[in-house]
Amino acid sequence: MDTFYSDLLCVGAGLAGERVAVAAAAQGFESICLSIVPPRRSHSSAAQGGMQASLANCIMGQGDCPDIHFADTVKGSDWGCDQECARMFAETAPIAVREMAFWGIPWNRVVAGKGIYYKAGKEYEKVELKEKEHLITARDFGGTAKWRTCYTSDGTGHTLMVTMDNEVVRLGVKVHDRVEAIALLHDGATCFGVIARCLKTGKLRAYVAKATLIATGGYGRIYRETTNAVINDGSGAMIALDTGVVPLGNMEAVQFHPTGIVPTNILVTEGCRGDGGTLKDVNGERFMHIYEPGKQELASRDVVSRWMTHHMRIGKGVKSPYGDHLWLDIRHLGEKHIKTKLREVEEICNEFLDVDPITQMIPVRPCQHYSMGGIRTNKDGAAYGLKGLYSAGEAACWDMHGFNRLGGNSLAETIVAGRIVGEKIVEFLQGCDATIKTDIIAETAKKEQDRIDRIVKSKDGKENVYEVRNGIQDALMDGVGIFRNGPDLQKAVDQLSVMYERAQKVGLRSASLGANPELGFALKVKGYARLALCVAYGALMRTESRGAHTREDHPERNDRDWLKRTLAYWKSDADTMPTLEYEANSTVWEMPPGERGYGVSKIIPTEDPAVIGANPKK
Amino acid sequence: MGRQLKFNIFRYNPLDPESVPHMDTYRLEETDAMTLFIVLNRIREEQDPTLIFDFMCRAGICGSCAIMINGRPDLACHTKTKNLPEEITLLPLPVFKMIGDLSVDTGTWFRHMNERVQSWVHTDKVFDPNATEEPMRNELADEIYELERCIECGCCVAACGKANMLPSFMGAVAFNRVARFIMDPRDERKTNEYYEVVGSEEGIFGCLGLLGCEDVCPKDIPLQDQLGILRRKMGWAAVQHLFTKVFSKKK
Repeated sequence: MDTFYSDLLCVGAGLAGERVAVAAAAQGFESICLSIVPPRRSHSSAAQGGMQASLANCIMGQGDCPDIHFADTVKGSDWGCDQECARMFAETAPIAVREMAFWGIPWNRVVAGKGIYYKAGKEYEKVELKEKEHLITARDFGGTAKWRTCYTSDGTGHTLMVTMDNEVVRLGVKVHDRVEAIALLHDGATCFGVIARCLKTGKLRAYVAKATLIATGGYGRIYRETTNAVINDGSGAMIALDTGVVPLGNMEAVQFHPTGIVPTNILVTEGCRGDGGTLKDVNGERFMHIYEPGKQELASRDVVSRWMTHHMRIGKGVKSPYGDHLWLDIRHLGEKHIKTKLREVEEICNEFLDVDPITQMIPVRPCQHYSMGGIRTNKDGAAYGLKGLYSAGEAACWDMHGFNRLGGNSLAETIVAGRIVGEKIVEFLQGCDATIKTDIIAETAKKEQDRIDRIVKSKDGKENVYEVRNGIQDALMDGVGIFRNGPDLQKAVDQLSVMYERAQKVGLRSASLGANPELGFALKVKGYARLALCVAYGALMRTESRGAHTREDHPERNDRDWLKRTLAYWKSDADTMPTLEYEANSTVWEMPPGERGYGVSKIIPTEDPAVIGANPKK
Repeated sequence: MGRQLKFNIFRYNPLDPESVPHMDTYRLEETDAMTLFIVLNRIREEQDPTLIFDFMCRAGICGSCAIMINGRPDLACHTKTKNLPEEITLLPLPVFKMIGDLSVDTGTWFRHMNERVQSWVHTDKVFDPNATEEPMRNELADEIYELERCIECGCCVAACGKANMLPSFMGAVAFNRVARFIMDPRDERKTNEYYEVVGSEEGIFGCLGLLGCEDVCPKDIPLQDQLGILRRKMGWAAVQHLFTKVFSKKK
């Protein structure tokens, strides 16, 4: 078995993984990134709209500062986030944006003088300041008090990914692409790398490292209808959960984006609404102003997705062979705007819908989009339970998003958390003595090889991997969507328990040599079922509504009992359900719980002095 | 009922000593809004679990799924069957190393390309976290973005007559990248430094001017313009290079 040694191993080479690798490599530490795909193809590249940072250069962002960005983020999270992380994040975001500019991002810039913009379908005039000309500009996004989202047209994730990978190439960081980590190497206390499978040859490899980072993105693909790329199946979270000692935080916190296109669920950016696009119903009429007179189309994503679903439930949806949908209208923004600021949107509509967004409305409905939950870490990005294991980006529950992430805060998190966690890993590496436990490497590799052999030879059964996957996805789609309730959640948990049984009996129909795509998937299907159970069971037990977690049978946000984060463990391989534990969701309460300013708020208040009395300046 | 589509798909598993390159045939009934993403996944899940191909974003953004579709390189995810005849032939991209069936190793090729053109901002400056960003005209930012949109899918390389004959030829993707950095004032490289990178037969002077690259680019990047500009610039650099040589010899 080939064995590779490094100081830092990054599992995942998207924005967060590469940013951490760059931080370590810049300090002279040997870093290797593993990636299922060539790094520039990572799902980070699909983020369109932009990255929030309070630069306050554009006129509509005037007066912005990290304090306001922090407050927007905490409100967006419905007070579910860790406020210490949210504060670190808001303070660091402007530096991170400028650093990316230094490395080569062609951020859109302020153009001085008069310009027009659209809000709620109406035209307004703005005048950009001469003294801010040529500095990085920003657009409006949902749930924010200021225009704060920095962008390059609607290809922001793409330019960030290209530029970050340019840094990786410049620093000589090795990227082993088409390699997938399938088990963590650990002794129950310390993590020292992974066993991985080469997706070109199918051979197992050992990667031994002093520090291991998981940055594999979200787990959206456990849902059938998702904006996520096909590789976003939470494979990093699976191997962390498998250790039995690393918990996943708030797995029930799943974001549904208002504007997935129908039927392919490809995302069109929130920038459409940020730039003044409107949502319309079967009668071609706007409706968000009825439900949300203040923020209208630009309330937070959880709120807009709920109202859209509600509006379709009362019969205002547009009928189609793919189910009901609504319209996104950007026609009034004009051809020039669409062709310069919303290029990807235009291309996606043309190529996947045969719709010309300059003259036609876009069919949309809410669709799974983002995983707020993930590998629980402390504020340094260190995973709970294993020394030497870290996580960053969407894979992590660092937890600046709580129960709802704001648009523009995910790209920002990858770069900002990557920067912060990268520095912390450097500190860790500086004081680290490595002891290589060769017996554990051999033992883990043997266990994984046995698992592969059993599946290939169908020793445990002949279940079809794709059918099991479909069953898992159906259970989540039916029971753990935008609106949730006790009986449906219980049903989903029951169905998933059956699928978990079946997942352990998968056998291959093919026996081709090499990577074998069916085997690659079969190795993960049990992990799929475990993640889905963490999501569904966490949602069943959380008897309140907070952010994206909406319980019809518990409509109030219950600050008295639920200002806490779910920690899901899979303590023993023989367990059939996750073990849930809870912890306070924040130790610092700079901003005590209150009204968000959008969304319906029925709040059961807390009287905990540690929460409400912590911040005299408010 | 939809059309009965016939797919001829290239099959070869280099890891299997018994595998020989051949074509397999699969049939599917056409459905509404069917793309090759749907087609290939259905074939793998319903008919042949061994079929190897690549997809990632399935939205035309990541560049993973470029293949030869009836003789022309394009992204499979955004290719609709309704724009194709009933018989569809799918082959892997040429030039790149084969992994299996429709999958080729673009990762290694592009990493090498990025190293070769030194695809990063070259500067002696050090980032100052407390400083305001350097100003840039918005029009220039837009112009850089226009070229930065490349998704490294490999279509331009597959369609390049020269790259098919000379494996070390850099290809339009590399020239576009160099053009992007020449345009960017943050990159402090001088013309002669770019000349060192692309001023050769493997570089811009090897381009045959067939412009297959421009025809097939799924992102409609203006490769023809950039190749022209780069060739002129490097041509001048070559002349200057020659003059300097002659001049220094005379001395």
